[in-house]
Amino acid sequence: MADAKVIPFDDDRSRARRRPARAEGEAAAVRALPGPQQAPGESGKPGGPEGGSEASGAPSGPGAPGASGPGTAAGPEPGRGASGGSGWERRLASGLAFLRRRVTGEYEVDEFGYDEELTDQVLMSLLRPLYEKYFRVEVKGVENIPAKGGALIVANHSGTLPLDGLMMQVAVHDHHPAGRHLRLLAADLVFVLPVVNELARKAGHTLACAEDAERLLRAGEIVGVMPEGFKGIGKPFGERYKLQRFGRGGFVSTALRAGVPIVPCSIVGAEEIYPMLGNAKTLARVLGFPYFPLTPTFPWLGPLGALPLPTKWTIQFGEPIETDSYAPEAAEDPMLMFNLTDQVREQIQHTLYKLLVQRRSVFF
Amino acid sequence: MGKVVLVTGAARHLGGRFVRRIQRDPEVERVIAVDAVDPAHQLGAAEFVRADIRRPEIAKVLAEHDVDTVVHLDVTGTALGGGGRTSVKETNVIGTMQLLGACQKSPRIRRLVIKSSTSVYGSAPRDPAVFTETTAAKSLPSGGFAKDAVEVEGYVRGFARRRPDVAVCVLRFANILGPRIDSPLAEYLALPVLPTVLGYDPRLQFVHEDDVIDVLRLGAHEPRRSTQNSGTFNVAGDGVLLLSQCARRLGRPTVPVLLPAVTWVGTALRAVGITDFAPEQIRLLTHGRVVSTAQTREVLGFSPRYSTAEALDDFARSRGPGLLPPELLAGAVDRLSARLAPPAAHPTEASPLHHGA
Repeated sequence: MADAKVIPFDDDRSRARRRPARAEGEAAAVRALPGPQQAPGESGKPGGPEGGSEASGAPSGPGAPGASGPGTAAGPEPGRGASGGSGWERRLASGLAFLRRRVTGEYEVDEFGYDEELTDQVLMSLLRPLYEKYFRVEVKGVENIPAKGGALIVANHSGTLPLDGLMMQVAVHDHHPAGRHLRLLAADLVFVLPVVNELARKAGHTLACAEDAERLLRAGEIVGVMPEGFKGIGKPFGERYKLQRFGRGGFVSTALRAGVPIVPCSIVGAEEIYPMLGNAKTLARVLGFPYFPLTPTFPWLGPLGALPLPTKWTIQFGEPIETDSYAPEAAEDPMLMFNLTDQVREQIQHTLYKLLVQRRSVFF
Repeated sequence: MGKVVLVTGAARHLGGRFVRRIQRDPEVERVIAVDAVDPAHQLGAAEFVRADIRRPEIAKVLAEHDVDTVVHLDVTGTALGGGGRTSVKETNVIGTMQLLGACQKSPRIRRLVIKSSTSVYGSAPRDPAVFTETTAAKSLPSGGFAKDAVEVEGYVRGFARRRPDVAVCVLRFANILGPRIDSPLAEYLALPVLPTVLGYDPRLQFVHEDDVIDVLRLGAHEPRRSTQNSGTFNVAGDGVLLLSQCARRLGRPTVPVLLPAVTWVGTALRAVGITDFAPEQIRLLTHGRVVSTAQTREVLGFSPRYSTAEALDDFARSRGPGLLPPELLAGAVDRLSARLAPPAAHPTEASPLHHGA
């Protein structure tokens, strides 16, 4: 199993080393670069691919509980920012400095309402136990996300509640070597609901519309989108891991206009957290929700039924699809848009099947 | 030959300041200040003409004084010296119509500057996060000052079509703050305790009154080299503040109120005459509004001197400390850290407070 985890991962790593070069340099330079650049990377970790990958960036750090002890222990530590023996003193000092900034309002939010400090210090810490201990998310291919500049991550959507988006955000936040932040595009329902909208904005999410997406991408942010929308998240359990229609493919034209690569992302495990057996449509209409899920436990067991099943997740970021070779006018070409949309969709679906085959069990 | 500038709404604080400022500009020969009521402040060398812009006399004023530049500042949310919403709306809409009618007849008019507001974009959860000048609002404001501003801009667009020889500059201002501004939002922020909408933390942008005066002058004069001052421009300070952040910086505690109950609180506050809680104001304080000022920077060539945070700071200095001044809280945290630093303590002590952030 350990081999199976490592091989595709290292495969991605060598690919990622080529990527930044391609983004910056000319096409001619790209062909020449990979060889020499790859070599030090490979020779730099002679102690076997496992050790090297665990230490640097710990992409599969919080991995399976079955994984080796040091691996899981080392994984979460760098993310928390604690270091050394007398770490608690520094943590106390930084905690108090944080508190001081919060009570006096001396912190920055961007024009979308993204509160980076709050996200890093509080919101991510709240999600991390769910990510590490509950769903035991395994991340693969995080290097496919460029270290700088904009990129559009396109993922499948499932699980009745959009936990997959949040887990993807934690995955990028904790595991990307360049410490990048994922800015998610969320449904308009999110911004109508009280409390939810406030937290979503502070966590850096914004409304899924072309204007916001393009503004973020042009600012060089990593934007996450789940084009299936409610069709994907609210699909019955029987249709799990079957990708729904990808909207109108607006995400492709947005990426094209901004000239950023599209990174397909496949999330396995989220489908089973709330097996949706039925949909109380009348109740949904009354409450103004797109669907009202009926699972084996919800709403029969009340709040207890709202507890997600502790499935084991895998998030795989695929190889980026470059868009900078297209002219800006190409965004107006519907045929090309459909083709690219299909290409992204196929790649996600294909990876989903591959991951499902590799998966031993839903829960382990 | 110098310019003759006519300024409407001169009896208000902003109008008065603008009149006093523009007469010092060398290219200005005369300033005609117009309002329906006598101003309480000095207007310097400007000539005050008491005229109601809702009446056709305004055309006579334009002709008599050979006016070539009109700065229309009498588009406001609140009445000056009492008077209900009806008279405000009349001044805004009918007044603008009359003024534009007069301008259209006057052959000498070269330049028209309109003070509008970013409230024309409305505030809705389904809007994009940042409005540009060309963004069409998903839900047009249904009433109040915002609707007036939308209608005023509609008439101005019609005028610009009919008189292409006149340079028309529409300035959409974010909420104006400053030491002496009395806008509904300034009144709200001056409340000792701020009622907020439970579960919403709106993004706000402010523009300082000094910047308002500067950008109005920019619109009223010939454009500077490689800039253009006709068109529609958003004017706002750099940066964004959340309402919770504003409250903390002002040192004013907040009381979250459930959305349906906000209307009652608003009515109650209005009844005792403390502040005007118009529905559009509540929408702003629920969903917030942020505009892009890229156009203003690149085309109009104007960068505000005050950021949103600095405008709020200046406002806070003028209004005095709130019930919970930030210095007091910062001092409390410093004392806490001084006490905790030598002996052992757990960092999680601070964390329950984080969640409120």
